[in-house]
Amino acid sequence: MARIDGARYAPRKSLGFLSHMSTDNTPTHSHLDDLEAESIHIFREVAASFRHPVMLYSIGKDSSVLLHLLRKAFYPARPPLPLLHVDTTWKFREMIAFRERVAAEGDVQVLVHINQDGVRQGISPLTHGATVHTDIMKTQALKQALDRHGFDAAIGGARRDEEKSRAKERVFSFRNAQHRWDPKRQRPEFWHTFNTRIRQGESVRVFPLSNWTEMDVWLYIRREAIPVVPLYFAAPRPVVARDGALIMVDDERFTLREGEAVEMRQVRFRTLGCYPLTGAVESSADTLDKIIAEMADSRSSERQGRVIDHDPAASMERKKQEGYF
Amino acid sequence: MAATTATAGRGLLRFITCGSVDDGKSTLLGRLLYDAGTVPDDQLAALARDSRRLHADAGDALDFALLTDGLDAEREQGITIDVAWRYFHTARRSFIVADCPGHEQYTRNMATGASNAELAVVLVDARKGLLPQTRRHTYICALLGIRQVVLAVNKMDLVDCDRASFEAIAAEYRELAQSLGIAEVQCLPVVAPDGDNVGSRSSRMPWYAGPSLLELLESADAAPLRAGDFRMPVQWVNRPDQSFRGYAGTICGGRVAKGDEVIVQPGVQRARIECIVTADGELDSAGAGQAVTLCLDREIDVSRGDVIADALRPAPVADQFACHLLWLGDAALLPNRTYWLKLGTRTVNARVMSIKHKVDVNSQAKLAARQLLLNEVGYCTLGLDDEIAFEAYADNRTLGGFILIDRQSNATVACGMLDFALGRSANVHWQHVDIDKGVRASSKGQQPLCLWFTGLSGAGKSTVANLVERRLHALGCHTYLLDGDNVRHGINRDLGFTPQDRVENIRRIAEVAHLMVDAGLIVLVSAISPYRSERRSARELFAAAEFMEVFVDAPLEECERRDPKGLYRKARAGAIRNFTGIDAPYERPEAPEIHLLSGAQRAEQLAEQVVARVLATLDGGTDD
Repeated sequence: MARIDGARYAPRKSLGFLSHMSTDNTPTHSHLDDLEAESIHIFREVAASFRHPVMLYSIGKDSSVLLHLLRKAFYPARPPLPLLHVDTTWKFREMIAFRERVAAEGDVQVLVHINQDGVRQGISPLTHGATVHTDIMKTQALKQALDRHGFDAAIGGARRDEEKSRAKERVFSFRNAQHRWDPKRQRPEFWHTFNTRIRQGESVRVFPLSNWTEMDVWLYIRREAIPVVPLYFAAPRPVVARDGALIMVDDERFTLREGEAVEMRQVRFRTLGCYPLTGAVESSADTLDKIIAEMADSRSSERQGRVIDHDPAASMERKKQEGYF
Repeated sequence: MAATTATAGRGLLRFITCGSVDDGKSTLLGRLLYDAGTVPDDQLAALARDSRRLHADAGDALDFALLTDGLDAEREQGITIDVAWRYFHTARRSFIVADCPGHEQYTRNMATGASNAELAVVLVDARKGLLPQTRRHTYICALLGIRQVVLAVNKMDLVDCDRASFEAIAAEYRELAQSLGIAEVQCLPVVAPDGDNVGSRSSRMPWYAGPSLLELLESADAAPLRAGDFRMPVQWVNRPDQSFRGYAGTICGGRVAKGDEVIVQPGVQRARIECIVTADGELDSAGAGQAVTLCLDREIDVSRGDVIADALRPAPVADQFACHLLWLGDAALLPNRTYWLKLGTRTVNARVMSIKHKVDVNSQAKLAARQLLLNEVGYCTLGLDDEIAFEAYADNRTLGGFILIDRQSNATVACGMLDFALGRSANVHWQHVDIDKGVRASSKGQQPLCLWFTGLSGAGKSTVANLVERRLHALGCHTYLLDGDNVRHGINRDLGFTPQDRVENIRRIAEVAHLMVDAGLIVLVSAISPYRSERRSARELFAAAEFMEVFVDAPLEECERRDPKGLYRKARAGAIRNFTGIDAPYERPEAPEIHLLSGAQRAEQLAEQVVARVLATLDGGTDD
């Protein structure tokens, strides 16, 4: 029997979104439907093939989409894997509040890991710089967390359109026991038939959003009414112009340099990370429609606001080899 | 906004670009992205900077190839090593393009890109015409099921935009594509760096009246293989509590509707679709490409790897196939070695029974072959240890395409395309017999067992095995000693010492040992059996308690010092080749049941250890 009499599973309210269905209840096969189905397939393959999978949750828009797809993939069951947030202690306060709201929904476990060694050393992006901070509080912290929990598959929200070395990465990306990525020896990957075999201590990083673009992510957020951190929407915020970027003053740890002044400007963020390393853009886009319209006109790429990416060209490839997500 | 409408409503086209080294493939793709207006300003600035740095003599000209070559090694060497995926859209549709490497050594990466593509853009240099690489790429495209190709004849400016040159190349290519079964070919002349016939028509080549590359891509037929009968490989059994049981998967063929009768394959159980569940509500019907959860109207056994199919038109089921294999492993394919085969969501043991021929991918000539090396294509017969539901690859990529995984390294060592089932498998059945292993064993008053002695030549395997057999025989056990050397005089007299023959040698010994255990005997196998993979396959023929691996462990120097048959001396002198320990590998057991340190003790003491373990096992075994 498929189900016991009378037990009907109503779609979750927050997931139910029927406006893209035509009236005869058959979906119109759009580009977003293809991407959604592909991502769900990938989620299910992870859950069925690994002993201890986890989803890396960074609180950003891509993570919001991932979480939504995770819930859809296993509906009506609860997601069979936990979320892990690697907290650098320098995230925007609104991000942490958003994370707590997600955890409070109760259908999915949210794990938080902070590199306590780094905290003891007082690692800060303001004093140690972006590279050291990111290495210790993100890359090393992530490896600590994966080792501590013994996760054998870590799902992330990276997309191939973000950056050139990401454009070369497989959907199931193999990592050796030291978490290293070897770009010259990637496993070939055919169709949607993924090789999920690994040995003890090895792991894979899995990217269900590999084939999504930034525009797809926003269109999908609008279509599915997915909640995102309010920092993506334009609002008056206190910012400082520093090294060519607009940095938001999010707490008292941010100290002004000589000649700097805090001013209120109408800004929003295209990506979210550690607040001292994340540049805002001036914008009046305070709704999803306006964000999408702004993006369609945009002549700059998404990660431009990331201070960490502005190392010599191809630096992402090096960071990824060392275990950065 | 144009961009908004494009991504929201239009179909997606997945295509690849391929062509010979230096034909300007990355440049063409970079130019296409540029013409489609999808290169952001900050990336353009980086491009201008990099172009000036790498081509100091070229002024301000942009090197569009730098937009797509992403890895450090690629930028250094100026070649493409791995597939790069790019995303762009126009007002008419969205595109996913896989930019594929041209070098022969990266053929596996090209095939990765081709496996999900519906169309290929093949580049040739107008000055060079078709090259062996052009033929190879076209062959790989055809092999992976691409049926539409756009031939872009590049660098037309270097042949003075000459129409006759273009027409000659186009005619030659059409002939090639036709011979490979590619139904649709469009040819166009381009100058990639300048954008002629890329994003817009060229004024330099007024004789070409056809569409630009972008127009061709916008109008291409994107419909993937969605026709056919309903098929869904089960990925995940969704069972949150007692009241719900659903089967989650992605439909890979046809459509299914509520109330339809389905069959769960490779079995024969039938049921009706009670409902089609998604997080957005239940559906009345669903089709290929959709990820859904199906509930059935009765409780039947369904697990991951099964295929839910249209009951009226079920998929064929078989365990032996003819197929094409593209070999991807650094080590050669060894016929008769067991690999994991993953097809859809099903994983089974598989071995290549024979290589009918290999295909020279540059000329498509069929050649005799005993093994397949990296990037070689072979037409093979394949045997599985279990039946699967399948489709010919030409009809269904999901149920016809598979990968082979090495069981030691977990590497993906091949991709394969099923052609048809071999009739034999459907017609050869297990004959039921009334007298079984248990009856035969009990009439002998013993528990059958296989003792598998492995180790280097001269380690003492045969000596110890012989002593063990004498002791067991004296205790009244019914035994047989299968000695690797002796077997080579009879059943394995046709085999030599190449890796592929060693694999087959061990497979046959294991099968014979299995028959003898089935007959109720205690079998002692003494064979070097150098590969973990084949010892593992041997083990898998037996029940867990029936097989004991005995590692007769002696250092190579000790074996060489003993050299009872004078073989090491000959091997060192070069008179014998492929000698284990000298110029052929021995893979030590990782977890043998019995580990004998052969240098440290006398053969009698070693035999006693084995006998003690056997007797303990037999005692333990008599209770059940």
